[in-house]
Amino acid sequence: MTPLLQVRNITKHYGARLGCGDVSFDLYPGEVMGIVGESGSGKSTLLGCLAGQLAPDAGEVLFDTRAEGPRDTLTMSEPERRMLSRTDWAFVHQHARDGLRMGVSAGGNVGERLMAVGARHYGDIRAQAVDWLGRVEISADRVDDRPTAFSGGMQQRLQIARNLVTGPRLVFMDEPTGGLDVSVQARLLDLLRGLVREMGLSAIIVTHDLAVVRLLADRLMVMKDGHVVETGLTDQVLDDPQHGYTQLLVSSVLQV
Amino acid sequence: MIEIENVSKTFTLHNQGSAVIPVMEGATLAVAPGDCVALTGESGAGKSTLMRMIYGNYLAASGRIVVGGVDVAAASPREILELRRDTLGYVSQFLRVVPRVPTLDVVAEPLLAVGRPRDAALDRAHELLARLNIPERLWGLSPTTFSGGEQQRVNIARGFARSYPALLLDEPTASLDAANRETVLCLIEEAKARGAAIVGIFHDEAARDRVCDRVIDVSAFTPGSA
Repeated sequence: MTPLLQVRNITKHYGARLGCGDVSFDLYPGEVMGIVGESGSGKSTLLGCLAGQLAPDAGEVLFDTRAEGPRDTLTMSEPERRMLSRTDWAFVHQHARDGLRMGVSAGGNVGERLMAVGARHYGDIRAQAVDWLGRVEISADRVDDRPTAFSGGMQQRLQIARNLVTGPRLVFMDEPTGGLDVSVQARLLDLLRGLVREMGLSAIIVTHDLAVVRLLADRLMVMKDGHVVETGLTDQVLDDPQHGYTQLLVSSVLQV
Repeated sequence: MIEIENVSKTFTLHNQGSAVIPVMEGATLAVAPGDCVALTGESGAGKSTLMRMIYGNYLAASGRIVVGGVDVAAASPREILELRRDTLGYVSQFLRVVPRVPTLDVVAEPLLAVGRPRDAALDRAHELLARLNIPERLWGLSPTTFSGGEQQRVNIARGFARSYPALLLDEPTASLDAANRETVLCLIEEAKARGAAIVGIFHDEAARDRVCDRVIDVSAFTPGSA
C-alpha cells in the first residue's frame, strides 16, 4: 500500500530560531496520527508546513494524489495546491472563527466548499448542507443562521461539517477540542471517531491533551523544542514512554 | 500461535535519577491453538508486564514475541494495529471508552472495525450482553456510569465479540458473581474449543484449574532469580 502522505526531513526556522527540525514520517490511508508536545514545541509549525500554509526551509511532503500518484506538495503550483486543499485536504482550526466565514449562514458555509469544487445546483447544495449539519448534530432549522449565533461547540461542529462535505482523504486538525468544555469535547470526539471510521479518513491531530490522542490516534509523535523525541503506537508511548520528556509529560497529567 | 523467546524488559526512569530497573529476563513460552496458559507469580512479578508486551503495549528490551507470524517486539505500529484488529484480542481489567458511546456500540466496535455489517455486529453484541446478564435497559447507555462488575462484563463482551485466534485475559473473572463467572468460564472454554490460543492471569484458582492447561510462574523470569 502506498502511504497517503510521506513527509521527509521537514525543517522550518523563524529567523535564527528553530520552528521544527528534520521531521519525517509516513501516514497510511485510514490512519490517525497524533502530535503532542508543550506549547512552543513546534507542533503547529509542523502542521502548517504539511498543510501548505507555511513554507518550510527544507524537506518534502509527498501526497498520493488521485490522478498522478505521490507528488511533492511543496513544489506544486499555488493553484494546484489550492485545489488539493479544497478537495482532498481539510483543515480544522482550533478557533472555529479561523475556519468559518462568520458573515455567511451555516448552510452557506458548508455549501461554499461544494461550490468551490464545482457544485452549482442550489437544491443539491442545500440538501447536502442540511445532511451534513445533521451528521454533526446541528438541527435543520439552524441552517440559515449565521455562525455568530452559534455556541463555541456548535461552531466547531459546523467547521467540521464544512471541511468534510467534499469527502477529503486527509484532515489536519489543530487542537480540535481545545477551549471546549468537557461534555462538548466528548461529543466531538465521538463524532470524529465515527467519521474517521465511516469515511476511512486519515488525520493528523495536533493537541496537548493526552486523553484526546489516546482516544483518537493510532500513532503518536512527541515533539520538544522543534524535534521529534519519540514516536510509536499511541498506547505504547503513553503507557511505556521511553524518552525522558515523554515520561515527564505522561506523569504530569492530573488524574480526575 | 504465540511464541515468546528470551524476552527481557527494563524500565528506565529518566526523571528519577535515570534509575534503570530490570524487571524481566529470559522469558520464554509457547502457546498452541486451543491451549490456555495461566501466568502466575506474586504481585509485581511481571505477569501484567509480560502480557502487555505480548499486546505491544510495552516495548520489549530484547527477544522475540511472535503472534500469528508477526514479531511484536520488532513490528511497526501499523503491523501491530493490524494484528490487534485481526488476530489478537485483549480483555484488560479496565474499560476505556469514549464518553457518551452506548454500550451496544462499545461491544460491537471490534466487529465494525473489520467491516462487518452493522446489523450483524449489533446482533452479536445483543447476544453477548444478554449472556453476561447486562440488563437490556442499560444497553443504550454509556458504560462509564456502570458499576465495576458491569464494566468488567462489558469489557469481556467486547473482547469476545470477535473470534480472535489469540486472546489475552487479565483477570477476567475478578469482581464477578458466581453466575457471571460461570458464563465467562464458558466463553473461555468455547474460545479454546474453536482453537484460540489464550494467555491469562487468574487469581481465582478454581477458575484457573478449570480452563488452563498449563501454568507458567513468571518469577522464574525475574532477573537474578535463576
